[in-house]
Amino acid sequence: MPDNIIFCSGGGCGAKLGAGVLSRILGLLPRPSDKNLLVGFDSSDDAAIYRISDDTAIVSTLDFFPPMTDDPCMFGQIAAANALSDIYAMGGTPVTALNIVCFPETMDINILGKIMQGGADKVSEAGASLVGGHSISDDSIKYGLSVTGVIDPNRILTNTGCRTGDMLILTKPIGVGIVNAAKTVGEASQSSIDEALSSMTFLNKYAAAIFGRYSGIHACTDVTGFGLICHLLEMLASEHGAELSFADIPLINGAYGYARDFLITGAGQKNRSHAGDRVTFELDDFAAEELLFDPQTSGGLLASVSAAEAESILEDLKDEGIKAAIIGKVTNGKGIIVK
Amino acid sequence: MLKINAAGDKCPIPIVKTRNALKAMNWNGTVEITVDNAAASQNLEKFAVQNKCRYSCTENGGMYTVTVTAGEGSGADAAAQTDEPTVDCISCGRIAPGTVVAISSKEMGNGDPKLGKMLMKSFIFALANAEQLPETILFYNGGAFVSADGSESIGDIKAMEEEGTEILTCGTCIDFYGLDKTPPVGSVTNMYTIAEKMTSARRLVKP
Repeated sequence: MPDNIIFCSGGGCGAKLGAGVLSRILGLLPRPSDKNLLVGFDSSDDAAIYRISDDTAIVSTLDFFPPMTDDPCMFGQIAAANALSDIYAMGGTPVTALNIVCFPETMDINILGKIMQGGADKVSEAGASLVGGHSISDDSIKYGLSVTGVIDPNRILTNTGCRTGDMLILTKPIGVGIVNAAKTVGEASQSSIDEALSSMTFLNKYAAAIFGRYSGIHACTDVTGFGLICHLLEMLASEHGAELSFADIPLINGAYGYARDFLITGAGQKNRSHAGDRVTFELDDFAAEELLFDPQTSGGLLASVSAAEAESILEDLKDEGIKAAIIGKVTNGKGIIVK
Repeated sequence: MLKINAAGDKCPIPIVKTRNALKAMNWNGTVEITVDNAAASQNLEKFAVQNKCRYSCTENGGMYTVTVTAGEGSGADAAAQTDEPTVDCISCGRIAPGTVVAISSKEMGNGDPKLGKMLMKSFIFALANAEQLPETILFYNGGAFVSADGSESIGDIKAMEEEGTEILTCGTCIDFYGLDKTPPVGSVTNMYTIAEKMTSARRLVKP
């Protein structure tokens, strides 16, 4: 089994730096003042948006991480789906992508070939063009993409903007971080691993296209390394609260059992520390808490939508074969209450 | 008290090591785990609280020394998890699937034979007391003496066999050295099996 020695255990978005650590240093950087910069990093959004004309703006993002699977092609697909996702979370359409590659010189170059093939496949599925990239020799593998998209500046989906009474829709099951943790110690079932992989390679393109047909999408983000709770906290900012119903949240099969068996990650604990007392658990369920803090790689879109349109949006998502659910609602309170 | 060094291990490995150690002591006793990050110590704290164990932690220069003490009532939560059908490894207990240890000599390493024998005895002892046991141990050539009558390691090898480790000794080697045809522990095997076990091992350990 020579293939499993090359991939490290802490891959995917779980390798992200903690949100708390990051916000401190970002606060020290100068703030750009260009009036055409519609979304910058100060709003902790998924991508930056720069207006180039009245009806067109460009969306810029990049994402890369270490592998979380032994299959190089699958890893390439996941990294690409994850990078493209930030464009979809803003409501944009990806147009070009550049590879970001860190690869050990001593390793079989065919592995890199398979990673990049996987990435190229997803870029092509997204309808975008892979136009170049940059690679450096490094001790361990990392791969991702810098993606540029286009968007109508009047139809930007930022991650703040939710309104009291909105319904929260999530478009992928959670638990991929925990399934991966279980896999690293040989305790994940093959069916859980396969479900997590197919969820991570699934493009958010299809959910975003449905959101694009509605006017009541008030806020949207994609759920990645900070877990469902911390991404939702970002979305709520200090103006809103939310009530989540754990029973309604889709989970990767088996993930709940692994969480109960403490097959949990350090990144999940960092998310818990970051959320602190802004989350209240009214249910007494340790595994549920862990799943809500679980770092996701290439997770689904989380949208705050008008209550009037929520059911219709959900039906459209399900018709498309997307494992979406209404998981809670936005309140005028503070923080998140999980029931 | 059992000490576990989990520095450098990423979660969930420190928790799994702790859980396996406490299970092996039937949720009665203390495990001291060293980890190198705060998140791992916090994860261990959650593990301890959920399993009704006592927890303490001291930090020194970025290293966290965590003690988890199990006693009456501990581990109930974990015991209930054995009915979780998707976790197929619970039944494996302490066995690390795919780990094969090949013992090819009476001695461990090259050097003074007396020291080599002492080292081999202490290696087998350490192996039997580790939190995870190999799936299979192969004894061949001079290694056949280690699993033969009169070896000081028989007790340790038997203990591992009772936990589920497969013990196999090379039949050709037993014949060649004139050892007892029925070894006191495990069973006799041939070169096809030895070759198959070694080539299909996920991790092959040769001391």
